[in-house]
Amino acid sequence: MIQAVRLRKHYGRTKAVDDLSFTVKPGRVTGFLGPNGAGKSTTMRMVLGLDTPTNGDVTIDGKHYAELKEPLRKVGALLDAKWTHPNRSARSHLKWMAVSNKIPLKRVDEVLEIVGLAEVANKKAGGFSLGMSQRLGIAGALLGDPEVLLFDEPVNGLDPEGILWIRQFMHRLADEGRTVFVSSHLLSEMAQTAQDLIVIGKGQLIAQTTTEQFISDATQDHVRVRSPHALKLREILAASATVTEDAVNGALVVHGLPAPQIGEIAAENQIVLHELSPQRGSLEEAFMQLTKESVEYHAH
Amino acid sequence: MTLLAVERIKLFSTRSPYWCTALALALGVGLTAIIAGTTDNGQMSIGLTQFGSSQLALAVVLVMSALAVTTEYRFSTIRATFLAVPNRTSALVAKTVVVAFIAAVLGEIIAFGSWGLAKVMSPASDLAINTGAEWRHVAGVGLLYGIGAVLAIAVGILVRQTAGAVAILLVWNMLLEGLIGIIPKVGVKIQAWLPFQNANHFLALPGGDPAEQPGAGIDFKLSQWGSLAYFAGIAIALLVVALIVAKRRDA
Repeated sequence: MIQAVRLRKHYGRTKAVDDLSFTVKPGRVTGFLGPNGAGKSTTMRMVLGLDTPTNGDVTIDGKHYAELKEPLRKVGALLDAKWTHPNRSARSHLKWMAVSNKIPLKRVDEVLEIVGLAEVANKKAGGFSLGMSQRLGIAGALLGDPEVLLFDEPVNGLDPEGILWIRQFMHRLADEGRTVFVSSHLLSEMAQTAQDLIVIGKGQLIAQTTTEQFISDATQDHVRVRSPHALKLREILAASATVTEDAVNGALVVHGLPAPQIGEIAAENQIVLHELSPQRGSLEEAFMQLTKESVEYHAH
Repeated sequence: MTLLAVERIKLFSTRSPYWCTALALALGVGLTAIIAGTTDNGQMSIGLTQFGSSQLALAVVLVMSALAVTTEYRFSTIRATFLAVPNRTSALVAKTVVVAFIAAVLGEIIAFGSWGLAKVMSPASDLAINTGAEWRHVAGVGLLYGIGAVLAIAVGILVRQTAGAVAILLVWNMLLEGLIGIIPKVGVKIQAWLPFQNANHFLALPGGDPAEQPGAGIDFKLSQWGSLAYFAGIAIALLVVALIVAKRRDA
């Protein structure tokens, strides 16, 4: 379990992380969602003791990262796939990590096998593609067979096959009872990967909830209705729902009544309908709506 | 012990230490070969055999030591290191010990290699190592390299960039300390307390032609071993500062 309490990180006047509290539970994949620059990486670096919080506290099973003895056996992390020396082979990279935490060297070949890099184990990491580097980073995270795993934007730059592989992989890790904490700036990706969501913007907590709940809250259903008797229909529907008019094409947008019921009401009142279509708000749109205020850099 | 093994694996799984070692050997022993080749047979002295090791090759060893840290920052493997070993002080001390040890061994190889080569090339010269001062002059090179490595690592940790650290070390060692002597009256007094001048003082052979020796004309206040201790003290003090900074700084 990862627990952050009133975590703050200020760089001069910039508040990268501002009063952030959350809990990441074991046995589930928890998504850490926010636009670029929201403070996701900074938070993860504070979890791992690389950056010191300006204020507040973050612990892993009640301990600070720096207090862990042989930390790689407890926490595995992939923050940046490029944290390797380009002239060092994949095996040597994992070997020094293994030795540092007294992990048996046969585990190095095991994890290389798991991530599918066994054949290039003796090749220099500098020659790896981004996808291969990500796999090497994941191998490093798995090295100590840790209970807690952190991944920062692990699918960035991966091909669809790689994305699917990572997604299934994270589910397997969570099913084994591990704590999996994974960040992304893409809600659509998180919707398919994470069971729980921690959503932040400009360093502040926006929501902590299950993915299911977050999506249903964020994307309200509505029905589009077009009728030659729009005015009359609108009056009748307004009694039991919120009705607005689409300024572009004059269609009615009905919130709060399902499509079949609208059709029945129209039939009772002998109103002709030209269109009756249930709409679902797009996930990305909802997310953008939610984090609009907290996006740091806008394109104009 | 574990951390020493880690740093050894890290150092020898990249190419730069091999290149720097080869270069230091080539320059150190090579310069002696040129000097021996151009000096009349019988005219070589022990002092002349160590010009390459104590001046030229030392610079390469300083660069190699600084690189051992700055490449870690350059490729962010320092972060991977701090994730594996959250106690930053012990991780960096382990690195310092490994690099300083390698530098010291390399120093002995270059010093005695130069001496041996001069003996072969100039058999009529008196190159027998008899006195304590002569032993210090040859065998002391390893100590100088080891301490120099500590100093270079400290600079590397503080500066974090290869170009910056290398520039500081080379200008400091090869130019700055020598140029300070140009300042009228006080120059030589300041020089008596500069670390690399004291390092040279430690190696100096008594009675030799003063013009032949680096650091000639400086009125050192310390004994020769005192000068070495002073050089070591400065290197360790700088390392302590670097370790404190590294511990406080965000990685």
